[in-house]
Amino acid sequence: MQVQVKLFAFFREGRFKEEGRELADNTIVGQVIDDLGIDREEVGVLMINSRHCQFDTVLRENDILAIFPVIGGG
Amino acid sequence: MPEKIFRVNLTNLSTSLEAVPADWAGLGGRGLTSTIVAAEVPPTCHPLGPNNKLIFAPGLLSGTAAANSGRISCGAKSPLTGTIKEANAGGTSAQIMARMGCKALIIEGQPKGNSWYSLRLTPEGAIIEKEEELIGKGNFAVVETLAQRLSGSIGVMSIGQAGEMQMAAANISIKDPDGHLRSCGRGGLGAVMGSKKIKFISLDAGEGKVEIADPEKFRAANKTFAKALVDHPVSQALGTYGTNVLVNIINEAGGLPTRNFTAGQFEGHEQISGETMHDLIVERGGKPRHNCHKGCVIQCSQIYNDANGNFKTSGFEYESIWAMGADCAVDDLDQIAEMDHILDDIGIDTIETAVAFGVAMEGGMLKFGDSNEMIRILKDEVAKGTPLGRIIGSGAGNVGKTYGVTRVPVVKNQAIPAYDPRAIKGIGITYATSTQGADHTMGYTIATNILNVGGSVDPLSKKGQVELSRNLQIATAAIDSTGMCLFIAFAALDDATCLPALIDMINARFGINLTAADVTNLGMNILKTEHNFNLAAGFTNKDDRLPEFFELEPLPPHNVVWDFSGEEIDTYWNF
Repeated sequence: MQVQVKLFAFFREGRFKEEGRELADNTIVGQVIDDLGIDREEVGVLMINSRHCQFDTVLRENDILAIFPVIGGG
Repeated sequence: MPEKIFRVNLTNLSTSLEAVPADWAGLGGRGLTSTIVAAEVPPTCHPLGPNNKLIFAPGLLSGTAAANSGRISCGAKSPLTGTIKEANAGGTSAQIMARMGCKALIIEGQPKGNSWYSLRLTPEGAIIEKEEELIGKGNFAVVETLAQRLSGSIGVMSIGQAGEMQMAAANISIKDPDGHLRSCGRGGLGAVMGSKKIKFISLDAGEGKVEIADPEKFRAANKTFAKALVDHPVSQALGTYGTNVLVNIINEAGGLPTRNFTAGQFEGHEQISGETMHDLIVERGGKPRHNCHKGCVIQCSQIYNDANGNFKTSGFEYESIWAMGADCAVDDLDQIAEMDHILDDIGIDTIETAVAFGVAMEGGMLKFGDSNEMIRILKDEVAKGTPLGRIIGSGAGNVGKTYGVTRVPVVKNQAIPAYDPRAIKGIGITYATSTQGADHTMGYTIATNILNVGGSVDPLSKKGQVELSRNLQIATAAIDSTGMCLFIAFAALDDATCLPALIDMINARFGINLTAADVTNLGMNILKTEHNFNLAAGFTNKDDRLPEFFELEPLPPHNVVWDFSGEEIDTYWNF
């Protein structure tokens, strides 16, 4: 299945801003993060289609997955 | 040296030094400004008349070596909202004021005639001086001229043309260590300063120092505290991308108000994002990290240069960039930086002014995305006080009335900032219930609604939002009294060593024994003091509501509306 992956802040360094990825059915979010070489400890926020999700959330065809480090402001 | 209250009366041009009343001894920052306003300002007075008072107070820890303790609070009755108001900022003034032993500066009365004045604060007290040269000038000219005119390491708090003309969105600028500006931004306090005919206040502490009751305990606590701040990953991201790191995440969450709050995502988000800004700053030889006051270990400010590598602006913040950017459909960061610089110079709130532009665009005054016309209006109309300039400079609510617009994002007439309350419901409770009109900093639920700091509460559900906003508003009122930057809250919410170390520092500074419960009570008392002032000024629970359009117009992409009932909102005050 096809999933769009977006990275933000320093997760982009040496990787990409946005990329389409071909994944096996029922891949979970954490697997994508591990495959990208991102330390789960550094992950602050995960969203699928603009809704918050977890490492064990199962991805679906055409999902947009956004991966943010721990960030803040205001 | 014992702390004093510095009082300045403009009606009879007199000054005095007063002992600190026992009731005020344990207060600082917002706790003190709000207590003094509540005690001395008639709630029904006209904010620009002789009975309003303008109060400045450093925080409890300002002037010490405590990390991030350089915030100055400014309070009065607001000409924008009609409520009590406190706005705080960094810069050097809080530390200098504390070091000269000034617990608070109270500016009261109103001069007769058209003369303008300045105030000079030293450890000996305040001196009123006539001012002519700088009248009509912007804040940068004030800071540059005073650097020549006055010797030594002085602080400056000033108003630009907007404050002189008493525009309801005028702010008060605070000089930072490099001669750039920070702002007590919201609620039109610059207009109150203008109504007192004070163009600027200079501060010189000489050799003055803050005494610490238990220096050893203080040092140890500060070490723990600073470590908690430095170690928190949010602090590290703030130093790299500034607060503008939020553009992309709030956009992704569908809560980035766009084109005057008609959508929750902006197609130009990447061009105005913190990531893009960071790369531009580095490429042009600016500084991604910059401290607005000595002792800041987070350094969320920055030096943003133009395409030729010349300084353009600093303290280039998410709220400002969102307001001039997404809300006005402008996707050019250099145009936004140009406006940020002009707004600093004129001395007017970036949020209020840009949201006013968004409403004006909807009303047909100018087109969405027309940043050239925005710049022209700022320079040729607002700075010069033309009728059109005064309409914009009086805020978003005023523009909405003038142009017959119903989609006017204000609460208690203050512009709603960079988070749409339909898609991020906790912040809607803060906007509605804040004692000072719509203001994200009063109870920053974004931390927990979006950023997973201090736990997580689903931004699209109503569940838990009132309690979240209440707890954060109580904690914020307390933090705003310490002189601490609110960004310590990210570490305080996640790191168990942070808050106890902060309380230890306050105890070591004054030789007292506050507990965590005392600090919570302080926050509650401040909120109740402010709320009671507003009730006496004529506000009711019916003012604690969001504009109707939020209930009527679904916000894409989630297509959600604001669905809290009045009764549900009112439970906020159950404490």
